[in-house]
This record gives sequence, C-alpha cells and structure tokens, in this order.
Amino acid sequence: MRFMVITKATADSEAGRPATTEEIGTMGGFIQEMMDAGVLLAAEGIHPSAKGARIYFDGEKKTVVDGPFAETKELVGGFFLVETKSLEECVEWFKRCPITRPSDGEPTNIEIRQVIGAEDLGEQFTPELREAVEKRDAQAIWH
Amino acid sequence: MATDTHRAIEAVWRIEAPRLIAGLTRLVRDVGVAEELAQDALVAALEQWPAQGVPDNPGAWLMTTAKRRAIDRIRRDETFRRKVEELGRELDETTPDIGAQVAEDDGIGDDLLRLVFVACHPVLSTEARAALTLRLLGGLTTDEIARAFLVPEPTVAQRIVRAKKTLASARVPFEVPQGDELAARLSSVLEVVYLIFNEGYSATAGDDWMRPALCEDALRLGRVLAGLTPREPEVHGLVALMEIQASRSPARTGPGGEPILLADQNRARWDQLLIRRGLAALDRAEELAGGKPGPYVLQASIAACHARARHFEDTDWARIAGLYEQLAEATPSPVIELNRAVALSMAFGPAAGLELLDQLIAVPALRNYHLLPSVRGDFLAKLGRPAEARVEFERAAALTRNERERTLLLDRAAACDQPM
Repeated sequence: MRFMVITKATADSEAGRPATTEEIGTMGGFIQEMMDAGVLLAAEGIHPSAKGARIYFDGEKKTVVDGPFAETKELVGGFFLVETKSLEECVEWFKRCPITRPSDGEPTNIEIRQVIGAEDLGEQFTPELREAVEKRDAQAIWH
Repeated sequence: MATDTHRAIEAVWRIEAPRLIAGLTRLVRDVGVAEELAQDALVAALEQWPAQGVPDNPGAWLMTTAKRRAIDRIRRDETFRRKVEELGRELDETTPDIGAQVAEDDGIGDDLLRLVFVACHPVLSTEARAALTLRLLGGLTTDEIARAFLVPEPTVAQRIVRAKKTLASARVPFEVPQGDELAARLSSVLEVVYLIFNEGYSATAGDDWMRPALCEDALRLGRVLAGLTPREPEVHGLVALMEIQASRSPARTGPGGEPILLADQNRARWDQLLIRRGLAALDRAEELAGGKPGPYVLQASIAACHARARHFEDTDWARIAGLYEQLAEATPSPVIELNRAVALSMAFGPAAGLELLDQLIAVPALRNYHLLPSVRGDFLAKLGRPAEARVEFERAAALTRNERERTLLLDRAAACDQPM
C-alpha cells in the first residue's frame, strides 16, 4: 500500500526560517532509516506559500491568486511517499519522525493518506483500454 | 482499543523483526533459536502493551526482552549454554540498557547482511530460501507466505522448520562470504529475491489480489539489499529491473484479470515514480559495472528501453536486440534467443527474425514450447506465407496449456485462410 504522508506548514516554515543543522541531521537520519528499510519512495520539502500560487476554479472561470496564504496550519509543509504493508505500519514509522516544536510553541500534525492504486480502479477501465485487451496477441513474450 | 494495539504490534513487528532476528543471531549463532527468542519477545509485547501502551522505542524494548529470554534460557538449559560457549560467545548477564542498544545499532547493517546470506544459503532449496527470507527479512507471517505462494500453511511452516534444521546441522556460519565465494552466494540471494518478485508478477492463477503484495515484498527486500551492498552492480541491476517491471503493473491486466501484453498496454498507466527510481538504479548499476554488465543489469537495460518509449512505436528495437545478444552471451538460453528473434524482427523486419528462429527449431528445450511456433507463425504471416503460418499457429495451439491463448492462436490460424 502506498501512502502520502503530509507534514504541515508552521509559522517558522511560512516565515522561511531555515532548518538548523541539527534538525537537518535528525531528519536525514530518519529518511535514511526508511530508505534502508526499503519503504521510502520519495520525500520533498516545500517552500513557504509566499513563493506559490493558487488557481481557483469556478466553472469556466479560472482565477490565479499568488501566495502567501493565511491558514498556515492547513498548508502543506512537505511530503513523503512510502510503501508499507498497512496503515498501521506507516503510522509506526512516522511516530518516529523527528518533528520539532515550532518557535511559536504551536502543536502540529502529520497527515497520512492512502494513495489510490490499480486495485482501486478495477471497474473504471476506459473503452480504449477494453479495446486494447481485445487486440491482445500471442506473438510476443515480453511482459 | 486492544485490537488497535494488536495492529500496532503487528506493524512494529514488521519494522523490527529483521533487525531483531539479525541481532539475536549474532548473539546465539542459530537463526532458529534467534527467531524463537524474537517470537517470545513478540508474545511478551502482546501480553504487556495492550495494558501499558506501546513503548517509545519499541525496537529496543523487543531486543531487551529477547535478550533477557536468551539469558534465562542459558541459565535453564545446560546444553544450550555449552553450545553458545563453544561458539566463543559470552552473554552479559546484566540487563542490557536502551542506551547500549542504540550504540549497537551501528553494527546492525552487517548483521542484516549476514542474515540475508544465511537465509539464502545454497544448502537450502529455492522454495525454502524464499520462505525463510520472507519470514526472517520480510517480517511476514507463515500464513501470509502460504497465501502468497498458494500453498497450505502447514507446508510453509514445515518448510521453514526444516530449513532452520538444515542450517543448524550444516553449521552454516553467520557471516558475509568473502572473495570468490561472494559472487556465487550473492547470485543465490538475487535469485531468491527475483523468484519472489516473479511469483507475484507472472501469476495468472489463484487469488490475484494477494500477488502484487509479493512484488512489493521483493522490491522492499531488493532495496534493503542495495543499501547493504551499495557497491554491487548486479544488486542495483535487479532493483532497477524490479522497479521498472513493477511500474507496468497497473497496465498489465484487463478488467477481467486477463494479461495485456506490452504492445497493447496503456502507457499512461505506467507508474512514472517507479520508472524514475528504476532508471536511477540502472544508472548506478551501469556505473559500477564499468562496461561489463551482468545479467540483471542487461535485463534492466532492456526493461529501460521499453520504459523510455512513450509509445510502442518509439521502442528502440535495434538496441534491445543488441542487449539480448549480450544477455545470451552472459547466460546462454534458447528463450533469450527467441526474445532476440522477436526484437530483430521488430528492428529489421520479419525475415531477420525468422533467420534466427530457424536455428532454434532443433533445440530440444524448445521442442514443446508453444511460443516458438507462435512467434514463427507470426513472422511467416507477415512475410506473406499464410499456408506455413497456419501450420505453426495450429501447432502452437496444440502446445499451449492456456485456454485463452489457444482460442487466440486458432483464430489466427483461421485468419490465414483469408485472402491477404
């Protein structure tokens, strides 16, 4: 099962305060541990929302709004993509994530969401795909 | 609440079991005993954690508990004590503290690698190696392994028990093989990992839904192995091969679970993340191989040719044919030649493919292999020789054991009668 693990923005991350050497070190250790265990697929940190933008969709109308955005705690601070056997295993891994308390003392959270996989799309095959199935041919043996 | 804790314990087990068993094996020098001790610690966790909660450092808790059990056992069991002493090991009777545990973590990578080589020791059958590897290094339960391989649970349980006995009586040392032995032993490890992967990847029978999990297990083992042996090109080659093959999983089966061949797959459904990971692993492998790629690196290179082609028509068949030629040199096999013939026909036309194919007709290993007449029929049909093509398709239909394929081949045979 694949999970997207979303860390949240904090007052510090929104202010663009860089992580300390120690924070980078401990997070690096955590990432290395997940890599060594073969569960980490990707991990990225992201810049403050001031460097980003939003596109609002209202029917045909599209409006672009530049950052920063106000609701800090709802913003994404970074993400991990991991592959684990279960949600519980993912939870156990991320209980070990070295999240430090931001300087304003506010609590933060990590959100774990399951990525939709092939098994979830079973019925939703397009007509083109069905046609491709019918076209299948015994000539080749590559898989 | 108790069930939640049980699920958390299961998850902790999955994460910690390999390191726990590896660390304990270093202590007692017997994987069977090490696994029993680890299981004892798991039982203790199941008894205590629901009431006390999951400890902050569950891995260290399990290790401390298991070591205490080891000490108890040594006190109780005189034979066991002598055995351990014979091996020149001394167990510290004071309770190991968590700080010491953390310090010991430094050597854990080496212990894991030793455990890999023990679990994949050639003294064991391939099935036993696969089962033991999934159990000790994948943290899978016997039941999960049984379901994955579509065999009854007692069969797997027995296989594992016997494997542990074999390892003990053969006195297989807990060490990483050195020198000339390393290459052969490593290939035995890679073989097991790829076998596990293929069991999940090529399965068409049984409860399909459990099979992708087996691919994931193999990938996870492969990635762990790549971390433990970062200088081995073939390890990265195997990881690259598995990542790229797994990237196609979502496009490989139709709505009814029927296989979709490469040419017909919807490439938009290929997993680009796995492709990128695969290509990165292949780069590393090629760099380490230094112009002398082994069989896994070559197979990964072939897989990468497909992965790089956005459309089937964009495939670099000439390069693929060249890679198959190198692969045939490294590991001669008529099936590889058959693949090379297909690649040649795609690159240079059916006549080029047919020329190679005709040299394979006399090979005994291919006598009853339905794909040979099937491919030959295809080449002949494309060359405008329908009467000969028809004979080949009919022969292939008689040889295949797959109903769907038989129907398809008979359809193609019948189509040969139509005016071109």
